[in-house]
Amino acid sequence: MPDKTAPQLPIHYLQSTIPQSAMSTLTIYKRELGSYFSQPTAYAIIVIFLLLSMGLAFTFGSFIKAGDASLEWPFFFWHPWIFMLLAPAVGMKLWSDEQRNGTIELLGTFPVTTRSAIIGKFLAAATIWLVALACTFPIVLTVNYLGDPDNGVILSGYIGSFLVCCSFIAITMLVSACTRDQVVCLIVSVFVCFLAVVIGYDPVARALDSFATPPAADVIAATGLWAQLVRWWHQGVAQMVEVATSFGVWNHFASLNRGLFRLQDLVWFGSTILISLLGTSAILSAKRS
Amino acid sequence: MIEVDSLTKQFGTKTAVDHLSFSVNKGEVLGFLGPNGAGKSTTMRMITGFFPPTSGDAKVCGISIVDHPAEAKTKIGYLPESAPLYRDMTVLGFLRFCAAIRGLSGNAKKSAVERAIDTCSLGSVAAQSIDTLSKGYRHRTCLAQALLHDPEVLILDEPTDGLDPNQKHEVRQLIKRLGQTKAILFSTHILEEVEAACTRAVIVDRGIIVADGTPAELLAQSGTGSLTDLFRAVTSRDTEPAA
Repeated sequence: MPDKTAPQLPIHYLQSTIPQSAMSTLTIYKRELGSYFSQPTAYAIIVIFLLLSMGLAFTFGSFIKAGDASLEWPFFFWHPWIFMLLAPAVGMKLWSDEQRNGTIELLGTFPVTTRSAIIGKFLAAATIWLVALACTFPIVLTVNYLGDPDNGVILSGYIGSFLVCCSFIAITMLVSACTRDQVVCLIVSVFVCFLAVVIGYDPVARALDSFATPPAADVIAATGLWAQLVRWWHQGVAQMVEVATSFGVWNHFASLNRGLFRLQDLVWFGSTILISLLGTSAILSAKRS
Repeated sequence: MIEVDSLTKQFGTKTAVDHLSFSVNKGEVLGFLGPNGAGKSTTMRMITGFFPPTSGDAKVCGISIVDHPAEAKTKIGYLPESAPLYRDMTVLGFLRFCAAIRGLSGNAKKSAVERAIDTCSLGSVAAQSIDTLSKGYRHRTCLAQALLHDPEVLILDEPTDGLDPNQKHEVRQLIKRLGQTKAILFSTHILEEVEAACTRAVIVDRGIIVADGTPAELLAQSGTGSLTDLFRAVTSRDTEPAA
């Protein structure tokens, strides 16, 4: 039975310096994070990530055999491949679950904006990966013990790795807004992330480049409509290959991995994440109207 | 408290709610009747700000849900039709989350959660995971969520659906009690609930209000003294072709 002393919106809350949207983002963040850790999801993902990243570093990565005090090839090289499988597994439930259980109706009628909810959920999933990456610290200790690596480059590699992860989570979130089925979300997001990884991967990029060969000498020299069309075709293909490879994650990851902070990479990661999150918001609103 | 002004919702070419207007005042319990697919849930979803209306407006405590959704939503407690819940949480955890998202913190949050648990008799399952609860308890947990911030307006979509007769009785008593100080809009297809809990009822059919009045007036209108007869007379059946 509600009594007369029922709380109104508390004054101290209204006076608080933290804006309301940040508070609700934080509340949603805490709930999502709690839900990851109250279920086996987070633990399974972190353990599998550690097994894969360490396993690959010490086997195919030839971490010991290479005798090189760096983590670029033996360790970070594998991360995009692992993330393209595991990041969607973390993100797939974010909106699919809400839509399947109908809790999106609760969320939609609470005094929170869709934006706060999206940011809260995104940050929670990113936190899982921050924890997973932090758990790989023994390899940093090892490489410092065995040799004299540039720790700045290692830090930069971690940042690159984390940004790849965040991009994949954002992409998964966009997909999960589209479907109430987690399996569909997983498959589609893995495929999109796979494309993003593979398209800029060196062997694939080179294969694509071979399509973009310049026209033969006699065509360049020739005049006439046909030769002109062939030249345009070659130019078009070359440009398309360039655009496609620049959509790949590899270019941007590799430079950070080498310890290089380029504005273009940060812009790429930033805009991938931002566009995915805005797209999520657009899809969620479109679904209601 | 609730003023609905020619609210309309179209899904593609289908009109689910067609220029619906009504109001609910403080101390009133309005029963929202109608066959399945009449537009009851859609109307409630628009009033609570989940669906944006195609046209028209709803005001809650004088605040437009279209123009100031965040502010209007703080005045509403809402129980969605299927009583959705975050099943991985405990009852207590869930209610704390809902209280936090409603802007409650510290002691205010603690007492609000205690009060809601008390009102909905959830004390015995408070620490239990929602996954393990029976349907009746889940329903009450969702109802507790709607009462947390002591809202001035309650919108309950089939609050007694799927409950056993004892639970139905309790929920009706609760609605009646809360209705003395709040404005309540609740939907149902159980006609006896209208007499048991409502001060007024409207019957909607295909998005239009086809009957409106106090239970006594509706009984008089039916001619036979039976709400079922009135309901059957004014609503269309889904086996009939659309008019």
